[in-house]
Order: sequence, then C-alpha cells, then structure tokens
Amino acid sequence: MKSNTDGERLVMSADDLRRALTRIAHEIVERNRGPSNLVFVGVPRPGPVLAKRLAQVVAEFEEDPIPTGSIDISLHRDDLKQRSTTPAIYPTEIPEDVTGRDVVLVDDVLYTGRSARAALDALTDFGRPKSIQLAVVVDRGHRELPIRADYVGKNVPTASAESVHVHLVELDGEDCVRVINDGEK
Amino acid sequence: MPLHRRHLIDIADFSRDEFDSVLETAVSMRQVLERPISRVPTLRGKSIVNVFFEASTRTRVSFELAGKSLSADVVNVASSGSSIEKGESLIDTFHTIQALGADLVVLRHPKAGAPDLAARNLSCSVVNAGDGLRGHPSQALLDLFTVQQHTGDIEGLKIVIVGDVLHSRVARSGIWAFARMGAHVYLSGPPTLLPPHFNKLVNGDDGIVRIEHDLDRAIDGADVVMALRIQKERMHLGMLPDLREYARRWGITSTRLSRADRRALLMHPGPMNQGIEISPDVAYGEHSVITEQVTNGVAVRMAILYLLLAGTPA
Repeated sequence: MKSNTDGERLVMSADDLRRALTRIAHEIVERNRGPSNLVFVGVPRPGPVLAKRLAQVVAEFEEDPIPTGSIDISLHRDDLKQRSTTPAIYPTEIPEDVTGRDVVLVDDVLYTGRSARAALDALTDFGRPKSIQLAVVVDRGHRELPIRADYVGKNVPTASAESVHVHLVELDGEDCVRVINDGEK
Repeated sequence: MPLHRRHLIDIADFSRDEFDSVLETAVSMRQVLERPISRVPTLRGKSIVNVFFEASTRTRVSFELAGKSLSADVVNVASSGSSIEKGESLIDTFHTIQALGADLVVLRHPKAGAPDLAARNLSCSVVNAGDGLRGHPSQALLDLFTVQQHTGDIEGLKIVIVGDVLHSRVARSGIWAFARMGAHVYLSGPPTLLPPHFNKLVNGDDGIVRIEHDLDRAIDGADVVMALRIQKERMHLGMLPDLREYARRWGITSTRLSRADRRALLMHPGPMNQGIEISPDVAYGEHSVITEQVTNGVAVRMAILYLLLAGTPA
C-alpha cells in the first residue's frame, strides 16, 4: 500500500475503482436475473454519479437501460442534534415509481450505517419497493446499526480517527479512494 | 450554507448568502411537499409555539403546517382565550412558554420590537411573524422565492410596490429583501401613505429605491407588481380621500397591468380588498401568483425552521 508522510494513503486507484464498479454492475445484474426490474438510486453527493456509472456499465452488456436517480437523506438523519452545522440539502430525483421494483441504493462509503438507515426511511416515503439492496465503493467497518452492504468495492479496515474519501472525475477531477488521518481523536 | 443565527427577527441584517441559503433550502422543501407522503422526520422531538397577538390566517396556518411537515410538535397560543387576557405581561408569557419547553417561538405582535424583547428573554429561537409596522421577514422571503421560481434570477428586475407603504410591514421587509437581491425597487401610492424618505430606507442610500406617485409611470415595463392591502381601519385618520378615488388612481386593473412586462408577476400578501387595491379579474388572472405565494409560504417557512433548529444542540 502506498503512503506518504501526511498520513494520507491511496487505497484505490482509478483502475481499481473502474474494475470494482464493473464487477459490482455484473453482480447486481446476475443476482437480480437481468436489469429489467432494477432502479439505481444514489445518496448525494457522490452516490448519484456512481449510480449513473453502474448503469453505464450495465448498458454495455444488457439491452434494457436502468433508470437512475438520487435521494437526499439530510431531512431523515438522526444525528442533526450532534452536528454543529445544518447539513446541506441535495435534490431528490426518483426516476419512476419504486413500488414493486428492485432498488439498489448506491453510496460511496459504508461506515456507521446511519446514512443507509436514513436512505431506507427516505426511500420508503416514495413507495414500497420489492427489495432494497445496498452497493458501496468502500466498507470501512465500525457499524453502529444492523446494516450490511450487498455489493462492496473494497473492504478497507480503518481507525475512527481516519476519514475515507471517494473522489470521482465528475465531482473532484480525479478517480481514486484515499484514507486520510484526521489526527488524534 | 447554514444560517449563522438563532433568531429571525429583521430582514435588514440578512446577508446575500443567508438569502440564498433560505431560497435553496426552500426548493428542497417544496419537493417534500409535492411527495405522496409530504412529511419528513427532521424536527421530531422539537416543540414550536406560535404566539399570535394579532389576527392571522395564512401566516399562522403556514407556520403550523411547516412545523408539522418537519414532524415538530406545534402549539398555538392566541391572545384571546389565554392568560394574556387576564393581564399577564409579555415577559411573563415568554417565561411561561420557555418553562413549557419550547425550542422555537413564532411571534406576531402589534408592537415593533416585541420579537427583540422575546429573544433577550428566551433561551430558545425566536421567529418574527410580523411586529407592528416594522417587519414581516418570512413574508419577504416567500415573496423572493415566488419571484425566483418564475424568473430564475432577481437581480436587475423592476419591482413595483403599490399602496399603503407607510403602514405596511410587508413592504418594509420586501423593500430590503428585493434591494439586497439586486432588484430595482419602485414605490407608488398616495403621498399621505408613502413618505418621501422611504427612498433612503435601504442603507440610507437614495439610489436603490425610487418613489413614483403616478402608478401608470411606475408600472411601465415592471417585472413584478406587488399590491398592498388598503387597511380600511386607517381611513378615519384622513389619509385617504376615499376608497373609490384610491381604486381609480392606485388600483391594479388589467389596463394598468398591460403597461408592465408581458410576463409580469402580480403579487398580493393577502387578505385582498378586491375592487379597491386590486380588481377581481386580475387577482385570479394570468399574471397572478397570489395563491402560489400562499403555497410557497409553507416551503419557505419549513426552510426557516430547518435552518434555525436543525444542528442546534437540543
């Protein structure tokens, strides 16, 4: 593993990320027996971009296109009281009725599980999906809720003093995953 | 993004960033209201107390719906039927509300400055829902939001505010808000109800707000026309010749409105006196966004409650 003196390490390169997303896209289609009933919904900010990329990968080997959207979770968070600032609210765009569909929630990092829980709550306001699955680029451990991911790009053991950053070309100008040591906690 | 304040009392000290923050958040809140289940759990466990010392339908109801859509507990206190009738002082009323565990108080009061007094005596957040002639910040914010939803940008628009500017807290807050967002604000109305120094209301600068008593000239090419309610209770003060005379010179009619921009928006804070400051055919005509103002009021007040209450330690 590469590392530098600032306590920052690269855990996935652009190629690693591309291969992980390609594998996850195949796993999703295989497990759901084709793309026809799937909807990909990303959790902002990077989730919607990841959802689009996964749908693009699927479009290379399947005919039916997968609708993608985004779901804001800031209004469903349970940690507003613990935060000193009000989180920004991102747009919610659910492409079609999710009732009866197999919805894959797409997020960058799975950590405590609280964002995933909030996303589950937010999504059920829009209907009753047949199933909800969770796809993440990085699972970093430290779960505080009984939540697990169905599709994982990479398991990265971390300390709680560290933070995991998934960078995407569309948002940050580069594709990579970095772990940064935020110092003593 | 966040508001760096606990209270919303006067729009005059709002920064451009704070305006943008409320307007952006209101877009998301309007989306929430359009969903099949238009309620989110964001403010669960927070208590909001509406304290209204003056009559109100839309402001009180929309603060109530806004709080409920965010899952807060909302309680209403009106001056009639409460201990205020028994002579309880304003400060004692505040202490009682605080002791009952309010996280935010929405206050309407006939005296300017009552919300400042509340903010000094309460440890919770205070939102001014109209104080005397001084201000009505949530109304100004929902007016900005309504215009922005139609035009995209407020900068450079010609806004005409017509009527009893002197007695209007809606006008006072609106002038500040539109001016801060870079609009050209014109005021029109009878000289008795439109003091000449109002052109210096914003920062004491006389280049931002213009006064044009002749409405036909003021309305020429306007992007937004806002009619104010003629408060009939002021008639006995001798400030208006008579209502028919007022309607003839400052009433908004379709003929007058045809002088404005083709896509001009017609606004009114309500309640309307149809046939006086606004004619019935334009009140619900193609230019009117008056009912939209009411709907947007809920989304904007949700944004205000969210930005003041979320993220503060319980």
